[in-house]
Amino acid sequence: MEVSVHNLTKTFGTLRANDRISLHFAGGQIHGVLGENGAGKSTLMKLLSGFLRPDGGEILLDSTPVALGEPGAALRAGVGMVHQEPLDVPGFSALENLLCAAPRWALPTRIEARNTLIVLAGRLGFSIAPDDPISALTVGQRQQLEIIRLLACGARTLILDEPTTGISAAQARSLFAALRRLAAEGNTVLFVSHKLDEVAAICNTVSVLRAGQVVGEGQVPMPQPQERLLNMMFGGGADHTNPVETPRRGVSTTTNPVETPRRGVSTTVPAWQIEGISARDGNMVLAGLDLSIPAGAVVGLAGLEGSGQQILLRLLCGQLRPSAGQLRLAGVDMAGATSATFRQGGVEYLPADRLVKGLVGPLTLAEHFALLQPGGAIINRHGAEVKARAAITGYNIKATPDSPILSLSGGNQQRAMLAMIPDNTRALVCEQPTRGLDVASARAIWGRLMARRDAGCAVVFATADLDEILDYSDYVLVFFAGRVSQMLPRAELSAYRLAELIGGVGFDAVNGRAKANPQ
Amino acid sequence: MIAHDQATPTISEGHTRRSALLIAALALVGALIFTSLVLLSSNVPPLAAYNLIFLGTFSTPTRISDMVMLASPLLLCSCGLTLTFAAGLYNLGIEGQMALGAVAAMIPLRLLPNLPPPLLWVLAFACGAAGGAMWALLVAGLRIRLQVNEIFAGLGLNFLASGIALYLVLGPWRRIGRASSSGTEPLPTDVWLPTFGTLRVAPAAPVIALIILVLIWFAVTRTRWGLELRAVGLNPQAAGRMGIPATRRLAESLAACGALAGIAGAIQVLAVFHQLIPSISSGIGLLALLVVLLIQANPAWVLPIAAAFAIFTTGSLQMSVALGADSSIAGVLQGALVLFALLARGLSGRR
Repeated sequence: MEVSVHNLTKTFGTLRANDRISLHFAGGQIHGVLGENGAGKSTLMKLLSGFLRPDGGEILLDSTPVALGEPGAALRAGVGMVHQEPLDVPGFSALENLLCAAPRWALPTRIEARNTLIVLAGRLGFSIAPDDPISALTVGQRQQLEIIRLLACGARTLILDEPTTGISAAQARSLFAALRRLAAEGNTVLFVSHKLDEVAAICNTVSVLRAGQVVGEGQVPMPQPQERLLNMMFGGGADHTNPVETPRRGVSTTTNPVETPRRGVSTTVPAWQIEGISARDGNMVLAGLDLSIPAGAVVGLAGLEGSGQQILLRLLCGQLRPSAGQLRLAGVDMAGATSATFRQGGVEYLPADRLVKGLVGPLTLAEHFALLQPGGAIINRHGAEVKARAAITGYNIKATPDSPILSLSGGNQQRAMLAMIPDNTRALVCEQPTRGLDVASARAIWGRLMARRDAGCAVVFATADLDEILDYSDYVLVFFAGRVSQMLPRAELSAYRLAELIGGVGFDAVNGRAKANPQ
Repeated sequence: MIAHDQATPTISEGHTRRSALLIAALALVGALIFTSLVLLSSNVPPLAAYNLIFLGTFSTPTRISDMVMLASPLLLCSCGLTLTFAAGLYNLGIEGQMALGAVAAMIPLRLLPNLPPPLLWVLAFACGAAGGAMWALLVAGLRIRLQVNEIFAGLGLNFLASGIALYLVLGPWRRIGRASSSGTEPLPTDVWLPTFGTLRVAPAAPVIALIILVLIWFAVTRTRWGLELRAVGLNPQAAGRMGIPATRRLAESLAACGALAGIAGAIQVLAVFHQLIPSISSGIGLLALLVVLLIQANPAWVLPIAAAFAIFTTGSLQMSVALGADSSIAGVLQGALVLFALLARGLSGRR
């Protein structure tokens, strides 16, 4: 089955997630679709599988224009999508899931469904039996079931979104063998990934998206030199030769982000020391992690979303208990500590979801400061208001002490959250500190964070924005599929090298698991 | 930078106040129309019915005193629910907490009948508060330790509490010589809370309720504890991040609510029924839930709304005699008020 899109456009508000995309995917082949986070891969795949409707352009299946209003229509037309998180009913068996998720015409009887499942599983080499309860299956097996369901419903084009996330190497091999077989039988496979080695291993062609558009001349045949693909993914503007770039978004307090060592760093205890820590969050596991994060430095966590950064962030502020290993905060062993203990130890956490995890939306700025007053049964309203006013002036927050946090803009909320951080904070854990902010607000936030760093506070932040990592980090930790690099001094890292590492290229050379880290 | 301290928040404040008034007006009009339709459909003249509901209470001093004796436990329960609502909890177990409070209040009254009455009253109120708080802490424990939603935990414990009351009435505390589900042996008249002349009103009850109302208002609006409770109710995750012990505040609000419901139960025993009856809570806890739903747990509005609901309920009691209609029409009006208020709020929120 041939799949083509012509001038396909999808906008969300002011964001052009897909901007006049034209591509042609030939039948009987595996096509890779590459791109960094937010490049528009997922949007394109959701348009193709009917989860989203395009704002412009058309989709052609076997040269016939189609309107795919919803996933069912797409599946009837022969396009099925396997999501990153399998969509199934945990309490059901594999067979029951197949039956309830398939239209009646596809699997009219239970016996037929059972036979289809057994036949398809056997043909594709999948280890899945009709009566297995879903709750006992691994993510890989649930994905296999989803593929079987789509094929049983007549899909001739399969879209797989990051299919190897959270599945074992053996399952990935069996998946690849099955995909090759499906392609050989004339089906079309669209393989969305950010892992270059996987794309190189199984794809016949590759298309790269960046900022909602197709990069370069469009689809290119594989194999391609890795360098070329990275260039296409992260932009040709990345400097290949000079490892130290001048920051593009200068901040008053940081003339040069790589001026190390910083005052007093050598004499202070590291903010965090991690020895042999293992932790799990959902499908993602970090194992045997050794790290030492110095005080007075900014550490940027780079990597594609969901590569394990979340686990480290949550470990550092005590929201996730490690399953093994030791974590010391300023030299103190934190075994069995709760996030409250971490907070008393001087760790502050700035979540990305400001109104979900960070602030109490309907309460006012002054009420937030009242909550932060140390002790006292009765609220010192005057004191809280004075503090709120000081924060408003000091942090340039556009609000009054009586404004509910909800009524503030994102940048002002973020500044308010920063203003509430006590002065004696030893370490800051920031999740996407400038998410959703305009350039000026982002710069202001970083000015504040840098001031904290210069005062001796350790700042660890995760972001999907490579420029932000390069502009503000003293050290960079690269995450790739649950593996963590050593602490890489920013001065020794070029944008190109960072992009390579994020894609897993040459990752073994910096893999920090065996070795302990900087200094 | 001072230039930034500008008008937008004030505008939105004025806006919210106006929209709150609009919501109240819409709810009242909607509820009256709905109730009128119900009245018309059962061939009751609406104006005569409203005359009874709104003004019937004030026709005789007896009715006024009945209203006060209904309003007092209603106020106490509404105060308690104000706390749990602030903490984001739907304490449907309040009926059971009231019943357990009544049972606990009976204990000193039965065991130590020879103590001087004032001391007995203090003991009864203390035991009532403790019993209600204990019953509420069971809800808290189920919710915090075992992740049982407080609504289901509360409803389950309500059945258990009324079972306990019924068992005591029919079993160990039954009237001498005969077991009757109508109630235990009435208390000796000298331990009844003193009343005002021959009326049924016991001034201690409304006084206690009003004192507690002021305390609750102060706690919610002026103390750090109250602010923390609201923060936990509005966003427990963020509250936790800001160092507020969220689960502890949940348990405290439930315990406090249970204690107040228990005091209400003690009032039912000492000043209303003068005995333990199986349905000692008389649905007052559920009525208080309606009160608090209507006022969104704003303590400043507890008194007027609780009083109005008590007036409606007491006034409508004459419906069956005067108009041949059932007195439950007050419940229709109260429920419709809450429903239409929620509806209006939902609509204005969507805009």
